[in-house]
Amino acid sequence: MQRIYIFKRFERFWHWSQAALITFMMLTGFEIHGTYAWLGFQRAVDYHTTAAWVLITLWIFAIFWHFTTGEWKQYIPTMEKAEAVLRYYVTGIFVNAPHPFRQSTLTKHNPLQRLAYLFVKLVINPLIWLTGLLYLFYSSWANWGLGWLNLEWIALGHVIGAFLMLIFFIAHVYLATVGHTPTSHIKAMVTGWEEVD
Amino acid sequence: MIIPRIIIGTLIASGLSVGLAISGLAYATANPAPAAALKQTTQDAAPQLDSSTADHTKFEALQADFKSGPEVTKACLSCHTEAAKQIHKTKHWTWEYKNPDTGQVLGKKHVINNFCTAVASNEDHCSACHIGYGWADKKFDFTVQENVDCLVCHDTTGVYKKLPGLAGHPNYETMEWPPKSGRLRPPTDLKKVAQNVGKTSRKTCGACHFRGGGGDAVKHGDLDSSLENPKRYLDVHMDTEGLNFACAKCHVTDAHEVPGSRYGPTASDTSGAQMRGSKEARNPATCQACHGNTPHDSADAKLNDHTHKIACQTCHVPAYARGPRHTKMSWDWSTAGRLDEQGKRIRTRNSVGKVEYDSNKGHFTYDRYVIPEYKWVNGKVKYTLFGDKVDGSSLVKINEFLGGPDDPDSRIWPLRVFRGKQMYDKGLQTLAVLHTTGNDDTAFWKNYDWDKALATGMKAVGAEYSGSMGFVETEMSWPITHMVAPKEDALKCEQCHTKGGRLAGIEGVYVPARDRIVAMDTAGFSLALLALISVLIHGAIRMFVSSRKRG
Repeated sequence: MQRIYIFKRFERFWHWSQAALITFMMLTGFEIHGTYAWLGFQRAVDYHTTAAWVLITLWIFAIFWHFTTGEWKQYIPTMEKAEAVLRYYVTGIFVNAPHPFRQSTLTKHNPLQRLAYLFVKLVINPLIWLTGLLYLFYSSWANWGLGWLNLEWIALGHVIGAFLMLIFFIAHVYLATVGHTPTSHIKAMVTGWEEVD
Repeated sequence: MIIPRIIIGTLIASGLSVGLAISGLAYATANPAPAAALKQTTQDAAPQLDSSTADHTKFEALQADFKSGPEVTKACLSCHTEAAKQIHKTKHWTWEYKNPDTGQVLGKKHVINNFCTAVASNEDHCSACHIGYGWADKKFDFTVQENVDCLVCHDTTGVYKKLPGLAGHPNYETMEWPPKSGRLRPPTDLKKVAQNVGKTSRKTCGACHFRGGGGDAVKHGDLDSSLENPKRYLDVHMDTEGLNFACAKCHVTDAHEVPGSRYGPTASDTSGAQMRGSKEARNPATCQACHGNTPHDSADAKLNDHTHKIACQTCHVPAYARGPRHTKMSWDWSTAGRLDEQGKRIRTRNSVGKVEYDSNKGHFTYDRYVIPEYKWVNGKVKYTLFGDKVDGSSLVKINEFLGGPDDPDSRIWPLRVFRGKQMYDKGLQTLAVLHTTGNDDTAFWKNYDWDKALATGMKAVGAEYSGSMGFVETEMSWPITHMVAPKEDALKCEQCHTKGGRLAGIEGVYVPARDRIVAMDTAGFSLALLALISVLIHGAIRMFVSSRKRG
């Protein structure tokens, strides 16, 4: 067993602040959607909007970081060992089989993680940002030549994004517990150090 | 404007990011700027001069002992030579308005409403609210200049009062008022009133507009005598201790023509705040004429996104009859005419002392702090006039405001809907005109005989009563626009953005938190639940396996 430094300081900061913001935005977002009453519609909208701008700013920093450090390459999809990893989570994990993927600084994510995160970055996030910004700038549609848009479609797109994010969130939180010990991945995300065989 | 949120977001996120790289932040405590000494300016208590440049008590023409209203008017016209000609062109004088959209001739003279119903054959009573003298019947000459009543609008003494039954005159002799009250009303001191004329006020306009339909707070719902001296809570503009607007502050009058009328309402106004001196032909009484279409500041920027769908009044007049007065909510004429065992008129009152039943009029209901009904309104309105087909089988809309979600001129408006049952002629299939009041034998309030009263009433509009009458359910809509609440009392977002809220019945617009696509929600939550169950099962198996291993 050895310890390697996987997650850099900014990356950890980005991850956890994003996690908090997304959780908060799901809570306020579903209130705005009318699923339940919690803060009250007005406060939910205010907080959701403020959190959105914080998250957008965070993303600008994160995108900059990914490109300047070359970390974006971590998300290039690969099918190599993908099937083996899938088989591990379906059966191997229950019989204490070894994980077919070995983490390293250059390849932090197993092939399934790469695919999942890429899907988040290329599908879920753009859908949420695009529909969310249109929602915010509703009164400018006509000036932007988008007068043909309709709030119901935009809301629908935004809610689809929210459901995809919720499903990702459930799977992601659970899979955080499947390391050597239930908390080892979580500790790694806090300290940056992961234990590998 | 979303900019401030962008700035806040940037500051927070960049602050956190950068702060991460910098360890240890030095805090420099800036000394607060020395508090500027408040300069107390004392104003000399100079005697307040009236802003008017004319003291009417000094006018020679007004030194006479006037015997009648028209005599006063003649004196007024000796200086204000064009005033009567101006008045003659106004709705206040003609009680007539030709709707340019529909061609319908409206105005109090022609419309049948579901309060007192109709003016025709009842002129000497109704003309207590006409700005003229002598409109006792249809022979009234609308071209005579001295028939204009200057005083009812320009009185500042409060003693001038036109009484029903006097055809628009005040009492010139001692008179018992209210009838059978035992109280004597002295003759109107016309000289004093004439010498104390001034600008119109909430009180003068309110003499009629607060008391339409036979009494205080009856008709409009958003106009009653509590607006004579309102507090800020009741109306943010008319607040006596605040802005203290007179009616004419918004209803900016030119050549005696008062703009702003529900006969031709302005439902949407996208032209922004009106510049002083602007020659635009537009209604100066709209909210937007002062406030424009983006009146909310950047902290409430999202509210500005509502103005292309929602009238200002929908949020800012959250209820009508918000003062202490109860407004009438319904009027059922069908029970009128019941008398007691001695054959005398019955009047019963409800627990707050309002007349609940009156032999003369039928049954009433009242309410206070009434939540309006909401509807798309584009400013076009269609009336059911005398002669329009009414067969008694369905509810009659006395007026109907048109509009819909796909019409760019429509806004969601709050409406007062006044409901009732009233007379119609079964043979002629039209709303009926009732001769309600008068000293002749056929007046309904004299002998409670429907047929006689209807025969006289219908004759006054050139029709012959068929001899067969019935009662039909009617409703009349009134856009709500006065009693503007301060912003802290405006509607809260949650009152519409919820299921079953204020706008529950409004179609054609997506209201977040009210609306959803049910199939989408069902699919989304089912998939999320499925994901949750899957990971829980996966986790349970892991726990089971590892516990067996340890065991």
